[in-house]
Amino acid sequence: MTASTVDIALFAAKLGMIFFVILTLAAYLVFAERKVLAWIQDRKGPNRVGPLGLLQPLADLIKLLTKEDFCPIAADKWLFYLAPAMAAIPAILTFAVIPFGAPVTIAGRRVPMLVADLNVGLLFFLALSSIAVYGVAIGGWASNSKYSLLGGIRGLAQLISYELSMGLSLVPVVMLARSFSLADIVAAQATIPFVVYQPLAFLIFLISITAECKRIPFDIPEAEGELVAGFHTEYSGMRFGLFFVGEYINIIVLGGLATTFFLGGWHGPFLAPVIWFSLKTLAFAFFFIWMRGTLPRLRYDQLMHLGWKVLTPLALANILVTGWWLALRGDMMPLSR
Amino acid sequence: MATTEKMTLNMGPQHPSTHGVLRLVLELDGEVITKITPDIGYLHRGVEKLSEHRTYHQVLPLTDRLDYLAPMHNNLGYILTVEKLLDIQVPERAQTIRIIMAELTRLESHLVWLATHALDIGAMTVFLYAFREREVIMETYELISGARMTSNFFRAGGLSQDVPPEFEKKVRDFIAAMPANLDQYEGLLTTNPIWLKRTVGNGVISAEDAIDMGITGPALRGSGVDLDLRRDNPYSGYENYQFQIPVGEKCDTFDRYKVRLVEMREACKIINQALDRLKPGPVLADCPQVCYPPKENVYNSIEGLIHHFKIASEGYPVPEGEVYQGVENPKGELGFYIVSDGSSKPYRMRIRPPSFVNLQAIEKMAKGAMIADLVAVIGTLDVVLGEIDR
Repeated sequence: MTASTVDIALFAAKLGMIFFVILTLAAYLVFAERKVLAWIQDRKGPNRVGPLGLLQPLADLIKLLTKEDFCPIAADKWLFYLAPAMAAIPAILTFAVIPFGAPVTIAGRRVPMLVADLNVGLLFFLALSSIAVYGVAIGGWASNSKYSLLGGIRGLAQLISYELSMGLSLVPVVMLARSFSLADIVAAQATIPFVVYQPLAFLIFLISITAECKRIPFDIPEAEGELVAGFHTEYSGMRFGLFFVGEYINIIVLGGLATTFFLGGWHGPFLAPVIWFSLKTLAFAFFFIWMRGTLPRLRYDQLMHLGWKVLTPLALANILVTGWWLALRGDMMPLSR
Repeated sequence: MATTEKMTLNMGPQHPSTHGVLRLVLELDGEVITKITPDIGYLHRGVEKLSEHRTYHQVLPLTDRLDYLAPMHNNLGYILTVEKLLDIQVPERAQTIRIIMAELTRLESHLVWLATHALDIGAMTVFLYAFREREVIMETYELISGARMTSNFFRAGGLSQDVPPEFEKKVRDFIAAMPANLDQYEGLLTTNPIWLKRTVGNGVISAEDAIDMGITGPALRGSGVDLDLRRDNPYSGYENYQFQIPVGEKCDTFDRYKVRLVEMREACKIINQALDRLKPGPVLADCPQVCYPPKENVYNSIEGLIHHFKIASEGYPVPEGEVYQGVENPKGELGFYIVSDGSSKPYRMRIRPPSFVNLQAIEKMAKGAMIADLVAVIGTLDVVLGEIDR
């Protein structure tokens, strides 16, 4: 085997593994959400399919795949078919830049535990999350239904607004790590995670990602009490499934990013790095589920108010303070690079 | 030049938060509502007309299906009206059980209101907590009447049968646990900033407007008008019970929410007082012209069988006259107006459903607001389509 073949094989193995793990995790996150919500709400949750209901995701998948793939007669066919993919693919792609473990040595090579160590990884994530907005907007528009349209408009406005505060809350992270590469950002937190230096940025980022993955209290684009199902009202079968699973992949990916940016990524004592990364990421997923079990939903304009008039100015002020603090310190954060 | 046009949106009759088959034709400017036209009648069964062809006894099951979240209270309103025409006295025990069931029904109706109102605003957990408690009330219904919703339990002159011995303990246990449960709901909502943002200042209707439109019940009291038929025009012995009537100040959705929650606590107090008064005794008036004979007479004596047959086949004649009786339903004043021509069937029966009257406030309360506000307003008005369409 030539050197490049080994490289390609390792790369393909990583790719396949991540793809498999992410999709399975997303399916089981749906199950976990139903179970955890059931515990919160004093009921049992899915418990019929397989032991403890553990095969429920499989049953759901079969159901979604065998359901009629319905396209409304007045819909814009191509865009209608394209939108679910536009929602799910960017979410999966984002995971490519997240380091989920310490670099290991296989066959004499130092293999970093991420698919692509882009030097602009953070920008790549922001760009992809902007593309994901198209899935919502196009899906809402192409359905040619008024509820979908309203959901699409809401989604568009919400995601764009919160992208801003999310991006701005990450600037201090870049300032501290002095790199856009996610591997470097994790390396910079080897001793102290950035949440200690940047609690405000962490909070803003956390609120923004809740809005990004359209979870309660920010599930306004699909508020079922108001817009039936929002932008995916007209979708059925696996196309709906793609929107649905895309959202859960988003939860995992955004949880992973929050771990990477603020909680020191895979760093942690005693346990293996991959375990630490998974634990932290799943803690975020649990947090989202917990919020859903606790909070009501904000109104569209209240959400905009929070994003533009509270979070964005705070994020900007936080950048100034961080810059001022770094300048006063003179030297920058120690980098373990 | 770009032009803007308003969008017409059909909200319902199939929509998650129109609570049944209410259809609202909305005119939207973006998300802002400029006009609301309620369209009702999807659940029309013609209860008022149907009742003209049934004996007074046979009309009772129809009333279960008016406000199907408060069946016992509908029964009570109808039965009191008939009793007023018949002018018969109801035994003490029957009256007390009626009060217990009426207040349990108020709790049930308010629990469903809280559940759906909270769910519409996104608080999913409160929904399931409230239904957990409602289930106990449904079991109590089943215990005494055999049916969970269409109870059909009261009779002119008393009750269809006495309650089983385990009834008292079941209700006592439920009422004992209820304050803690209410605290649990309030813990999730009352001080929650998002809940406050969604309900404070939402759906404001002034006391004057509310009175002009004939709004009754918690929706009226939320606007600061102190009117409750249980106190102001007592029926079924409500004058013997001590309870507070909560009144709101700011006329908004949050005040109506508070009013209903206090009403639930007061309902528990009334039930406790009633349980203390519960003494053994007959549950049906001694009035053979109107009341069915006891079952053992029907099965064991020819006189009893004939008695039963007479009432079942031709009903009981009701003296000629016109009568109106309003009761404080969980949703407002439920009134029955019956015209009797002396036969055993009503000549005309008119129902005053509180939801029907309350619904007309919707445009006043939600015009200029957003779709999300409208959903909160539908929830806070607490309309039931079974009673609007009749």
